Amino acid sequence: MSEAVQHPAPPKPAAQSAWVAAVAFFASLGLLAAPIEITRLLAMMGIPIVFAAFMIFRPASNARWWALSATSANLLLSLKLMADFFASPPAGGGFSMIFAREIVPEIGFSFSLGLDAVSVLLIALTALLGPVCVLGSWNAIRRRQRLFYGWLLLLQTAMYGVFAARDLLVFYISFEFTLLPLFVLINEFGSSDRRRAAVKFFLYTFTGSIIALVGLLFVAFHAASRPEIGVFTLDIGLLAEAARTMPASAQALVMLAMLAGFAVKVPLFPVHTWLPLAHTEAPTAGSVILAGVLLKLGTYAIYRFVLPFTPEAAFDYAPYIAVLSIIGIVYAGLVCWVQNDVKKLVAYSSVSHLGFCVLGLFAMNSIGLTGSVLYMINHGLSTGALFLLIGFMYERYHTRDLRQLGGLASKMPVWSFFMVFFVMASVGLPGLNGFVSEFMTMMGTFQSDSALVDSQPGATFGPLGPWYAFAAATGVIVAAIYLLTMLAKIVWGPLREPPGHADGHAEDDGAAGALPRDVTTAHELIPLTALAALCLLFGLYPKPLIVALEPPINAQVASIRSAIELSVPNVPDGVERQVVGPVNGEAAPAASGRVGESE
Amino acid sequence: MTEKLTLIAPEIALFVTTCVVMVLGLSPSLAARKMCAWISGLGLVIAAGLAVPAVLDVQTASAATGIFPSMQPYMKGLIAVVGLMLLPMMSGTVDREMETMIAAGRAKYEALRANRAEFYSFFLFSLTGLMLTVSADDLIWLFLALELTSLPTYIMVTISTRSTRSQEAGVKYFFIGALGAAVFLYGFALLYGATGSTSLAEIHRVLAAQEFGPEGGLSPIAIAGLVISLLGLGVKIAAVPMHFYVADVYQGAAAGVTAMLAFVPKAAGFVAIILLAGAVGWGHEAEPRQLPDALHWTLWILAAATMTAGNVLAALQSSVKRMLAYSSIAHSGYMLAGVMAGPGERGFFDDGIAAVLFYLLCYGVMNVGAFAVLAAIERRDGRETDEIDDIRGLHRRHPHLAAAMLLCSLSLLGLPPLLGFFGKLGLFTAVISTGTADMYALAVVLGINSAIAAFYYLRLVMAAYIDAPDEAREAELEPVARPTRTIAAMVSAGGVVVLLAVVGPLMGFSLEAAGFSSELDGAGFEAGRGAQLEPETPTPAPSPEAD
Repeated sequence: MSEAVQHPAPPKPAAQSAWVAAVAFFASLGLLAAPIEITRLLAMMGIPIVFAAFMIFRPASNARWWALSATSANLLLSLKLMADFFASPPAGGGFSMIFAREIVPEIGFSFSLGLDAVSVLLIALTALLGPVCVLGSWNAIRRRQRLFYGWLLLLQTAMYGVFAARDLLVFYISFEFTLLPLFVLINEFGSSDRRRAAVKFFLYTFTGSIIALVGLLFVAFHAASRPEIGVFTLDIGLLAEAARTMPASAQALVMLAMLAGFAVKVPLFPVHTWLPLAHTEAPTAGSVILAGVLLKLGTYAIYRFVLPFTPEAAFDYAPYIAVLSIIGIVYAGLVCWVQNDVKKLVAYSSVSHLGFCVLGLFAMNSIGLTGSVLYMINHGLSTGALFLLIGFMYERYHTRDLRQLGGLASKMPVWSFFMVFFVMASVGLPGLNGFVSEFMTMMGTFQSDSALVDSQPGATFGPLGPWYAFAAATGVIVAAIYLLTMLAKIVWGPLREPPGHADGHAEDDGAAGALPRDVTTAHELIPLTALAALCLLFGLYPKPLIVALEPPINAQVASIRSAIELSVPNVPDGVERQVVGPVNGEAAPAASGRVGESE
Repeated sequence: MTEKLTLIAPEIALFVTTCVVMVLGLSPSLAARKMCAWISGLGLVIAAGLAVPAVLDVQTASAATGIFPSMQPYMKGLIAVVGLMLLPMMSGTVDREMETMIAAGRAKYEALRANRAEFYSFFLFSLTGLMLTVSADDLIWLFLALELTSLPTYIMVTISTRSTRSQEAGVKYFFIGALGAAVFLYGFALLYGATGSTSLAEIHRVLAAQEFGPEGGLSPIAIAGLVISLLGLGVKIAAVPMHFYVADVYQGAAAGVTAMLAFVPKAAGFVAIILLAGAVGWGHEAEPRQLPDALHWTLWILAAATMTAGNVLAALQSSVKRMLAYSSIAHSGYMLAGVMAGPGERGFFDDGIAAVLFYLLCYGVMNVGAFAVLAAIERRDGRETDEIDDIRGLHRRHPHLAAAMLLCSLSLLGLPPLLGFFGKLGLFTAVISTGTADMYALAVVLGINSAIAAFYYLRLVMAAYIDAPDEAREAELEPVARPTRTIAAMVSAGGVVVLLAVVGPLMGFSLEAAGFSSELDGAGFEAGRGAQLEPETPTPAPSPEAD
């Protein structure tokens, strides 16, 4: 898979290769007509592997065409998958398109997939970012292209695996396997400090997820000891049912173990330090995938495992996690404010934004959860696009330093337009997608107060409350400050360009042709326009998404709620969590704990 | 008696091959000398052929005596297969200069100066000893088999290269090994004193009677004997603090021999520990699924210290051999955790012994590859490549070797979905299945250690697969890789991937291999274990007399 320094391949084999790639692309499109829906999901997981395998044996100069074919085929397949799914959504927020084959019965491992609305949407997001990444790297990656695109494709498969998994090991294997492609991408194609970034990224997430595995296996053994299951199984659905019967102390430990893995991935405040480094050093495609999808693996895992497996512990610990999220939101925002590296700024803004996402999850009510899932998608679109834009700018100026750049609106109007657009989406300007999800997570947090359910009409069941929303809202202000400051410096103001780039063109570094001054080539405009259109669409008309997410999220919330309400008589201090009862109001410690926290 | 002979048929086949090779290697004819490796391979194939079908044949297995009777076919098959993988790494290790001189007509063949015969025959002797260790049902047999495994390796280390480093390594290894042997022999003697028998099955019965009889516990002499034997065997598996020799010895020996050292004595040590632990039994009065306290805590400390020290020290090395040496210490620590978990009742996922046996398989397969890559590239001055800078940028000139390094390192690190991950997963599930707080803690230690291991295995991956080559270094290396060692690396890397397809059956075999002797089952220790494991099942716990 490795090759020497790339010379432009002789035209003839390259042309052939492009033809083969095109034929393979259309062949994969044949799967659109496949009669069984699950084959499309399996094909989406298989196509990247097959294309990557072929690519190795084709001329390196055409690797990007192979990658583009594979990812575009997957994008079309994912659209069809989504259409099929929502044409007949599973009843009661359950799973459809279920596929299960026993692989290693000795350890209860079966290759088992299934989709609910949340996973379908995240799979579609992954599929969308696939071609975006390839197009975003079109000119940036000139050497070891097969290595780059090969691992990029394998990464796609792993991400689909995470979102579609219905078996613990399928999930875990996919979750862990995402590390390797990204490690290679950052390590070989990143910028100056890439070594440290790659190793730090790998070690942080690997350490966390092994501890999460210990917690998850504990749940599996607990399930095996339950009479209603009785066998050692790794089926996520069965485990979720059995996990709730764990005693409260075990639940707390299991939740902490799981969070050790997933919070690192998100990343939550004290364990976020790998992220700015990895995002900053990664090549553009790596940053887009990291911000767009990989961080969501953490929040998705919280949604899929922490909340349903250990609802009581999550409810108990929610205030602490919320405080960590809020610290993350505000602290990362303040760090952004003083950044000079524009890529690092956007990286830190991800820490800040994902804090909202976690906050919404731990609000544990429908609006909070819906907001969080929307946040995952919207953040993927807008931050992915921002990284793309920064990458395009970097290709032209070879710097990301805000002190060296300024007033680019006069030189790169199209780029500046998109920059302003996506920053607005990221800030949460009403009318764009970021607003909807940010508002919903805050709303969910605000209303999520079990203690106020009776006295306040808007309040819902949940462990948080208005004070948390209030604290988090300061983060919104900080976000507006740092993002607009960044815009003011880089887009407006007097023109500043780094020395040697006064004409605004990139120096030709051995490529076929120099880049135009602005982002006007097709491979730059197409992904930007597509992402912008989606941002606008989901900002103006988010209703279809919200409706689509309703069944699974309502089911999730109902089951969390029943678990907590049922558990009350069993737990000695259960009175504290009583949702309705004569003593709520000032006596309900869910509220008192919260007030203690925020004071 | 004849049954026993059929059971040790693989050993006999290997022994016969050993004798043939020993004579053949001294032949003045080059063609005959060159046959050594091929005949060794043939002998290993025959041994595997005699052992492996028995894996499927439970009848043969049950004819075996001893406490883990079914372990024999599985382990012997594994040993033969790993031996076959090691063989291509052995070729060309000794006598190369001499053979070149003879070929150039500058020297004549001298049987006294040639090492080929000893080298191959001692390799096979060591494997024979390992197989005999597996067959052991008696302390004396066990001791002799362990010594037969180790003694040839001392000589192999010494003659493997011509540098004084190898001689130093050999002497060091010999003294430490002898010390270890003395210690566990002393432990065996105490055990004999406490139980009045050298038969493992008899020891099991006597210890069970002590534990559950009127004495209300194991006799102090038995406990002392067990702990001392364990510490002595710790030298074989390189458990901390008996690990001091490892780095120097591994670095001093040729890479092929090092790869062997990382598997053969270690496997022997683990088999011996499993047999001893099996003789005590994992049933215990206070904790139904735990070794007696003294052993349990000794092992706990050994396991935690071994994996932590191994990994931390490995992370500090710049010599690849030393790094892999310390990492092999860490792998011993992982497997000790599996031994502590002990046999389970429900399947592979809660059987610590099966997990250890399966991990030995995974380790045997993936470990060869890392050393083989190192052995395949040579320096122009004839010294072995050892520094991490030597393999930097390997992907430029030897892409397949770089890919092999990638796969083997990642598998050793336990990255899913490679083979090493499933090995480690088995250990994790077994440790967690015991359901005690100290074992959960050990599982977390294991997890953290896997992460530390990631740090240095990633360095190997980066150096070989990603980094640009160091031009100055590259000029010192031979441009062509050694073909046989390349094959070994490819086979190992292929195994890491291909064996995934049969992970389930392999786990099934290892589970079968870990089956406790049915004759001894119910001797007292297993009492109540079923009840403990499944506390909420409606079926009543079997009484000790029931089976």
